[in-house]
Amino acid sequence: MASTTDHMGRKVVAVTGIGVVTSLGVGKKDNWDALTSGRSGIHAITRFPVDHLNTRIAGTVDFLPSSNQGASALTYELAALSAEEALAESGFGPSDFHGPLFLASPPVELDWKDRFRLYHAGKGIEGYGRLLEVARNLNSAEVFGATQFGTIADRLAERFGATGLPVTLSTACASGATAIQLGVEAIRRGECDRALAVGADGSATAEALIRFSLLSALSTQNDVPEKASKPFSKDRDGFVLAEGSAALVLESLDSAVGRGAEVLGILSGCGERADDFHRTRSKPDGSPAIAAVRAALADAGLAEDEIDYVNAHGTSTPENDKMEHLSLSTVFGERVRTIPISSNKSMIGHTLSAAGAIEAAFSLMTMREGVIPPTINYDNPDPAIELDVVPNKKRSANVRTVISNSFGFGGQNACLVMAREPV
Amino acid sequence: MSARDVVITGIGLVSSLGEGLDTHWEKLSSGATEPVVDGERYKPYSIHPLPPIDWGLQIAKRGDQRQMETWQRLGTYAAGLALDDAGVKGDEALCSTMDMIVAAGGGERDELVDQGILEASETRGDTEVLLNEKLTTELRPTLFLAQLSNLLAGNISIVHKVTGSSRTFMGEEGAGVAAVETAAARIRAGQSTHALVGGAFQTEHSDMLLGYELGAFLHRGPWKPLWQRAGSEGGGVVTGSGAAFLVLESREHAEKRGRKIYAKLGRIVSERVKRPSADLAEAITAMLEQAELPDTPLLAMSGASGAHAATAAERAALDRKPNVVARGFGTLTGHLKEAQFPFAVALAALAVDRRAAYPVFDAAGEKPFTGTPDAVLATAIGYCHFEGMALVSAPG
Repeated sequence: MASTTDHMGRKVVAVTGIGVVTSLGVGKKDNWDALTSGRSGIHAITRFPVDHLNTRIAGTVDFLPSSNQGASALTYELAALSAEEALAESGFGPSDFHGPLFLASPPVELDWKDRFRLYHAGKGIEGYGRLLEVARNLNSAEVFGATQFGTIADRLAERFGATGLPVTLSTACASGATAIQLGVEAIRRGECDRALAVGADGSATAEALIRFSLLSALSTQNDVPEKASKPFSKDRDGFVLAEGSAALVLESLDSAVGRGAEVLGILSGCGERADDFHRTRSKPDGSPAIAAVRAALADAGLAEDEIDYVNAHGTSTPENDKMEHLSLSTVFGERVRTIPISSNKSMIGHTLSAAGAIEAAFSLMTMREGVIPPTINYDNPDPAIELDVVPNKKRSANVRTVISNSFGFGGQNACLVMAREPV
Repeated sequence: MSARDVVITGIGLVSSLGEGLDTHWEKLSSGATEPVVDGERYKPYSIHPLPPIDWGLQIAKRGDQRQMETWQRLGTYAAGLALDDAGVKGDEALCSTMDMIVAAGGGERDELVDQGILEASETRGDTEVLLNEKLTTELRPTLFLAQLSNLLAGNISIVHKVTGSSRTFMGEEGAGVAAVETAAARIRAGQSTHALVGGAFQTEHSDMLLGYELGAFLHRGPWKPLWQRAGSEGGGVVTGSGAAFLVLESREHAEKRGRKIYAKLGRIVSERVKRPSADLAEAITAMLEQAELPDTPLLAMSGASGAHAATAAERAALDRKPNVVARGFGTLTGHLKEAQFPFAVALAALAVDRRAAYPVFDAAGEKPFTGTPDAVLATAIGYCHFEGMALVSAPG
């Protein structure tokens, strides 16, 4: 029988439930079918008018009841759906989880629809003064709740019976990975034997799109939306804004084995390192990302040559893909050319706060299914990036270990190492 | 005493009272300090504004200062004060291995752009197109970064070179509680040796007031001390601009580098009380039972916001403990939202270190405390959700 403690004598952390929602659909099955057949969820934006916008495509989740109800409502629904799927798979009840909740979610502000509504409900004074006057007599728990950063986690904790003070976090594009890391750390400390880690992002509003657009971060290849996200390609020109969520039920292996739960994978290591170079650009030598990858490997107790597959951050921005290649080639040396490395974002876009969690979920499924989802739209390889990106078609492979990378604005770097089975 | 006790070795404070530990001690212990209140700018609301700050003292490059709005600048500044105070600043080995958890809200939107859009919307039917038109042309491209929640931590990394790890927690007072709790738990478990933790809040922005007022939480009319706002017009909260950062270390780590220890941080008790259905006063009473409080006279640095229901419940719970004497520092600083709990912990540590209690901040609402505070309780009961407290005690 496998040991329930790891190379440092800590509790081994297993995954016993996984849930996913992306623009490809609700649930693991739909997502996995689409992902392995190389289908893209990127499409023309219909949620709001695209007049004056340079980017008119996104991976929005348009098929849920709250898809048009604002970022807060949609982020909550996305989180709740994936948590529900994960809890059902884990065998824990739908409303009495009895473990802490770690939620990665975007900082959400009062929706413009509400701003307009408030403003038009008053008269006289101009500007914010009028908003404040209308606000104080509004008496709407829903609108107030949407402006409090703790609300979504509060509601999720209530619904699923999570214990204690729920943590809501934001480490930009690394948020989903950080949520998982917090859960792993809590279990290793012995504070709990299970934790619910969720990454959710339903914040693809016009304003969010414009903000990223003003930073020149987004692809403007609008003509064939499903072709716009092309990580590691020579003609990549930015990421595609997207929505989604994933939830993992993390559990000490002890506890999982004890209650006879099916172990879906092992969260064996987490690594992080902040970059002090620039707000959006990485240090030119890639040292923080390199340090994060190495820290995750060390935490997992694995050597570089024990990693079978890399789930890339692979955003399709010129900067990220170049820097990710530099970091990986520094860590893995010559072997980097032969390790399969694919980017889920080629199909689902960049789900921001949810990305680290969604990609961890897909990494775990990759190991279980023995199938690596491809990097699609790889028609024009960047000659400066020599990687085996599993181009365009899925590949069967015996994948025992994965490292999943998340690198974000504000110098956030977080990496997760996962294994198919306990050692 | 244990090598893995969590100790406080650095404190950085900014509020309307001024900046730094000595200023805060001097003002808060004088017994005669009047709050700095601006009742005009956001009338009918009062706020406690930022003091004059020479940003260059902690953020040397003007280019860096320009990349931040005031909220990020304030947090980065206070973080610098804490790092200086702990003797960590500029020490590459210490900074590059230091963990960081920042409790953050959102930064400042461009009020003028917002107002322009709102005004134009009165004469235009196509508000969504209007939004695209205005935002694409009028937003400053880098404003997004200057207001983004995790970029306070990002700027601390850039300016002060803290790069061991960077995590940002969100969620009003609860974010500050969870930040301190998580950083302390990691140190206690040996997952971290030293950490920077704290938060900042810049209230001088209509959008920040709007966040409270959508729930009708703000006090209106003439300013009053925090415990005396029940029955007044409005919701009882008076906000302030301010920040608090702490350097937490394992005792072993602090002693090895020969640093002065202000105080030891006890277990953090945190909760998500099911409001409004649960009895909040009962729930806070239960939390006090878990906080491992001494039976001897105990000073409580209460982070009460003034919000009617939460403040009354906290006061009732504290008053049920005959040995506890409360000080509501919000009377003098205003409510600092995400920074409220770190601020409470900082003031508790300061009293423990100076071996003296704070005199009453509000003679009508608080009782005198006699004796030396060997331990001080710090609390933050959220104005709308989340609760936390911790005992801060002499280093031993």
